[in-house]
Amino acid sequence: MSIKVRYFASLKEEVGRSEEELEFVGIASVIDVWKQANDDKALPTNILAAVNMEYVELDSLVNDGDEVAYFPPVTGG
Amino acid sequence: MEVKIVSECFDPWQEIQQFQKTAEDMRGKFGATSVFVGTMRDFNEGDDVKGMMLEHYPGMTEKQLENIIAEAMNKWRIIDVLVVHRVGDVFPDDPIVLVAVWSSHRGDAFDTSRYIMEALKSKAPFWKKELLATDTERWVDKNTDGYL
Repeated sequence: MSIKVRYFASLKEEVGRSEEELEFVGIASVIDVWKQANDDKALPTNILAAVNMEYVELDSLVNDGDEVAYFPPVTGG
Repeated sequence: MEVKIVSECFDPWQEIQQFQKTAEDMRGKFGATSVFVGTMRDFNEGDDVKGMMLEHYPGMTEKQLENIIAEAMNKWRIIDVLVVHRVGDVFPDDPIVLVAVWSSHRGDAFDTSRYIMEALKSKAPFWKKELLATDTERWVDKNTDGYL
């Protein structure tokens, strides 16, 4: 399956890219996607995740065509 | 409801006037309008700040704000809601956010605007990067508690 991965704000600067496409075989969770995209590095603490623009837990499963986003706590307003 | 993400400086009072002018179905129905405007300060965490860059997640921002407003409209008796939020380069005294709520009575308007503002602060994907007077940049890593 194909997953679009996006990064925002300070995390985008930390990983050095804003988005990428990944291919997976079998079942994968949000944390599995992070690990494959980032050489098995641990997800920094406090990072939030969204799938298709809705907040999710890190153990949520992803599906073909999903957009998975990682970002720090929000600071708007 | 209307949610606007704008990349240019906006006038919150003009936005309210314009919204009321075009929302004909509200005419004669609302007895209360609660307005919150968030404005950029020239200081934060003890430092002088001369500018700020506001990043957002296009699409998710609008989706989350619409979810928040829908939740509020289920909870209180609201006639309509307008939310406007800036992105891009912002400077001290520029408005950052407008939350305007129209209802028949003041209680619902006050409660809803507070609810939307606090939920926006914790759920809407915006991020601020400050430019300090010393020309150094830093990401804002947390929002202040709205109830302090």
